Order: sequence, then C-alpha cells, then structure tokens
Amino acid sequence: MTIAPPIDLSPRLTSLDPAVFGVPTGREVEWRFAPLDVFSKFFQAIDGAGSVTARGATEFVRNVDVLDLHSSWLPTDRPMAIARSLVQQAVVIDIPKDRVIEDPIMVDLQGSAASCYQHVEVNVGAFSSAVVVLQHDMDRDVCGAIVVTVGDGAKLTMLSVVAGDTNAVHISNWHTTTGRDSAFVGCTVTTGGRAVRISPSVTYRAPGGSAELLGVFLADSEQYLEHRIFVEHEQPHCTSRVTYKGALSGAGAHTVWVGDVLVRRGATGTDTYEMNRNLLLTEGPRADSVPNLELETGDIVGAGHASATGRFDDEQLFYLQARGIPEHQARQLVVRGFFAEVLARLNQGQLRDAMMRLISHRLGLPEQVSTSGFGS
Amino acid sequence: MGSLVITDVYASVTTDEGEFEIIKGVSLTIESGTTHAVMGPNGSGKSTLAYVIAGHPKYRVTSGEITLDGVDVLSMSVDARARAGLFLAMQYPVEVPGVSVSNFLRTSVTAIRGEAPKLRTWVKEMKDAMMALQIDPAFAERNVNEGFSGGEKKRHEILQLSLLSPKFAILDETDSGLDVDALRTVSEGVNAFKQQSDAGVLLITHYTRILQYIKPDFVHVFFDGRIVKSGGADLANALESEGYEQFSPASA
Repeated sequence: MTIAPPIDLSPRLTSLDPAVFGVPTGREVEWRFAPLDVFSKFFQAIDGAGSVTARGATEFVRNVDVLDLHSSWLPTDRPMAIARSLVQQAVVIDIPKDRVIEDPIMVDLQGSAASCYQHVEVNVGAFSSAVVVLQHDMDRDVCGAIVVTVGDGAKLTMLSVVAGDTNAVHISNWHTTTGRDSAFVGCTVTTGGRAVRISPSVTYRAPGGSAELLGVFLADSEQYLEHRIFVEHEQPHCTSRVTYKGALSGAGAHTVWVGDVLVRRGATGTDTYEMNRNLLLTEGPRADSVPNLELETGDIVGAGHASATGRFDDEQLFYLQARGIPEHQARQLVVRGFFAEVLARLNQGQLRDAMMRLISHRLGLPEQVSTSGFGS
Repeated sequence: MGSLVITDVYASVTTDEGEFEIIKGVSLTIESGTTHAVMGPNGSGKSTLAYVIAGHPKYRVTSGEITLDGVDVLSMSVDARARAGLFLAMQYPVEVPGVSVSNFLRTSVTAIRGEAPKLRTWVKEMKDAMMALQIDPAFAERNVNEGFSGGEKKRHEILQLSLLSPKFAILDETDSGLDVDALRTVSEGVNAFKQQSDAGVLLITHYTRILQYIKPDFVHVFFDGRIVKSGGADLANALESEGYEQFSPASA
C-alpha cells in the first residue's frame, strides 16, 4: 500500500484487500460522473457470482485456476479488489518468445452466471508479435481486470469489443506494462451495455516502449460509457498516443472520457499526445471530456492534449448533399469517417472492416460495398 | 432542351451583426447546351448566387424563383436539387475525414443515378475519368479533399462533374489557384463534359483566363448583388482591358 501526494495522477492505493478501499460515494474524483446505483452491485461481494472463461482453448489461450497465477498486479480500486479476491477462473493468453503470429487470436469470453468476475492475463514473450481480440460477454454483468505484459522488443495489438444490445453492467481495468523497445496498441470498441466503465492503464518497465491507446464508442439513449485512461511515463524515450472518439445520440446518453498522462522526473525524451473528440448526433446527450497532463520534467520531446465535443459540420453535410446524397446517409458517412480514422490506426485491415461493420450496424447503416482493389 | 431559370431572386445572409442582403434581384436564363460566364469583382455576390442555386442553408431567398425545366428548385432540399440535375463545383471543396474518394464517388453516383453502378464497369469508369483528368488512381484511397493541393481539389470537383453528368453545372471560381497546366486539364474536362452532355454551364469567375479555354456564349457582369451588363464573349475582352471600375457607382 502506497500513498502518493494528492496532486499525483497515479492511483493512491494498491491492494488485494477490498477493505482497504472505501465504498465509492460519488464524491471521489474517480467516481464523480458514474451512475453509482448501477455500478454499486460490484462494490460488495456478490453471492453466486461466476467467472469469465474463454470459449474453446487453443494453443495460446487457456482457462486456469486463479491459484495457479503468479501475477504481481495489485488492484487499484474496490471493484477490482473484490473481483480479484473472488474470481475462481482466469483466462491466460501466453505468446512464447520469438513468435510472430499473423492471424488474430480471437478470444470469446463467456461468463458462467448472471454476474461474473473476470481475470485475463496476456503475456507476450520477448520479440514476439501478436494480435489479440477480446470479445466480451455482454449478456452478463462482468467486473474484472485484464493484465497485459509486453516483453522486450515485442509487439501486441489488443482489441477489446464491448458490444451487444443488452443492459449489461461492465467494469474492466487494463493494466499494461511494456518492455524495452516494445510496442503496444490497445483499442476499445464500446457500443453495448447499460453502463460500462473501462480503465486502460499503461506503465513502461524499460526505455523505448511505445503505447497507442485507441477507442471508439457509441452511446445511445440511457447508456453510460466511461473510458478512463492512465499512462505513466517513468522510463526515458517512451511514447504514448491516446486517440478516443465517441458519438452520442438520444436523451440520457452519457459518455465520460478521462485521459490522465503523468510524465515522471526520470522520463526524459518522452513523446506523448492524447486526444478525445465527441460528436453529438442529436439534442440531449452529455459528453464529459477531461484531459490531464502532469509533467515532472521538461526534458521531453513533446507533450500535448486536445479535446473537443461538437455537432455535425454543416459544410461537410452540404458538400455531401450537394452530390445528391440524402441527409441521413450523409450524416452516416460522416460518422463512419469519424470512426474510420481511429480504426485505421489499428493497421489491421480485416479487424478494422469488422469493427466498421459493427458500427454501421449500430448506426442502422446498410453494409458498404467494397470496390475491391480500388479503395474502400 | 431544358432550362435553368432564375427570376428576380433576392437572398440574404444572417450573421451576428444582423441580416444582410447579398443578392439583389437577379434574373438569368440558361438554356441547355449554352455556357454563361458571370464575372465580377471580389465581394460582388457572384459566389453567393452559386450557393443560393445549390441551396446552401446559410443563405435565405427572400423573394424570386428558380426553376429547373419548369420545376421549382427553391422548395427542394440540397440533395434533391443535385438529383434533379444541378451540380456546383465548389470554390473551396470541403474535407470529409475518414471518407475515401472511391466510397464518396460511388455513394454519390448511386444517389444521382438512382441505382448502384455495377462493380466491374464502375471501377473502369472511375479509373478512366480519373485518367482523363490526370488524377493519380491512388487518390481513390485518400480521404475526400483531405490534404489535397488547390489544383487536386479542383480536379476532384471536375471528376465528380464528369461522373455525375448533371443537366446544369455551376463552376464557382474553378480557375482560382490553378497553374496553367492544371487550368488546361480542368478546362478540357469541362469541355469534354459539355460535348458529351448538352448541359448548360454557369461559369463564375473573377478573371478572363479560363474563358480562353472554355468559350462562353454569354457573359454577364456582376456587381453589388445584381447583373449590371450582359453581352457576348467579346464583353469579357472589354472587361479584361478596362476592369470592373467602370461599373462602380462612383464612376457612373
């Protein structure tokens, strides 16, 4: 257990013991936006809660007893501490060292009861390269951690899909540590659920690491979607890029994006930029966007943040309509384009297309016909 | 034979400082197969006239009427006007992030023609049209107008003109920002379109140089929101040598 000065953006407490963390009241800065009445089920131990496992084990994906885990990760809030202490099964994705795996490793996560705890570990060995897609179970309420370790010189692209037309409550915290000269791309696609809170964090274990955190989210009426990013630069010559875009429509749609970036004194040569853009498609939604950048050294390559929430650009609509495209279709094109920019950064054509289809479906768009060989 | 008829149109724009009348009684009839050049100094309202015909929401028509082949245009939405056969090549084409040129063109062509073009013929059609305008095929993969140079944007506008094949095309300062080679390429694109389609063309320009490549049948001088003089192609030459000052109230 450590206590840091109050201005520090890093979590103040880390512990396996839920009792160390108070029950959130809504006055805490971390919980001030969230609908606590919905999330509160995960503030206490749940009788009869199940565990999340991966459907169909493969060469790289195993379901294991949590007692067999050796991870040194410690929870940073009460829901995570409860989940870690009560979860019985864990999903472990192990990529040995020196392996380049081109095909995405699809991990279909499934809960065993109406409410489930989750613990996922992803370990990528030194100089390996892999793409992992986590398809979350949105038919059940889930709370738990995803602990990611990227080895020296390794590359991991991880896509987390939280989609489905359900009323699920979903809380997941990512804890990624990256090795020397490693590269991590973590992308969240969040469209489903009644209330979702995803907290991706990155720390660098050695110099030269890069992290790209991407996210797209679509909130409809009475949906709460929160993404809370924390990047901690402790090592020199590391880079981070955070790019999140959201679209909101309907009364009661509420999204929260918090981007905390902390550059420690020793993290010279850091290059960091974070950005959040939100597009309000109708009257009524609320988008909170809070970038925080804390620099303890000025000896860096660059640091910046940008945040903007706005309505449609009327000039874009006029241009598209002036080419005969009906207004609703023009709006959908603009929204697709808005998200396509983020997903293009995945550098995974098939995954990008699959996620665009998911978004199109969510927007009520017909599938785009690809003009194969000549752009899409 | 069709016609685009503008009858005594007045239009205004609303800004933070109030409502300003910009178009002050314009009447103009453009028959199919004819090319009209509207020339005027900066700020005379000639680009606003183009936007008013296309239906930009920023401008409000306070009186007058515009018909296309006898059908009222002003009551149509922007996209309905385009589908009815109007096309505006914009002076400042808009960037649409994340939407590729090929996706945009196909969506637009589908909307205008009323059905999706067949994939095999469409790809060839698009490639041919791009080649005619000396547009690198790699442009199809780029986002609409994003990072395009001034000349690239204008070529992209004329590419749309040739693919959409409207009944009436308004070219708003298509010549501005073009070097001589690009101007020639773009003009050839417009001339090819005219030959193939028997469309009417309204060419809005500040300078006479584009008229060396695209020959107008009629030239109109635009000043302070109205047409102050009309004539044949020779009127442009008079403007070239004498300038617009002769039309300002101070010199009247």
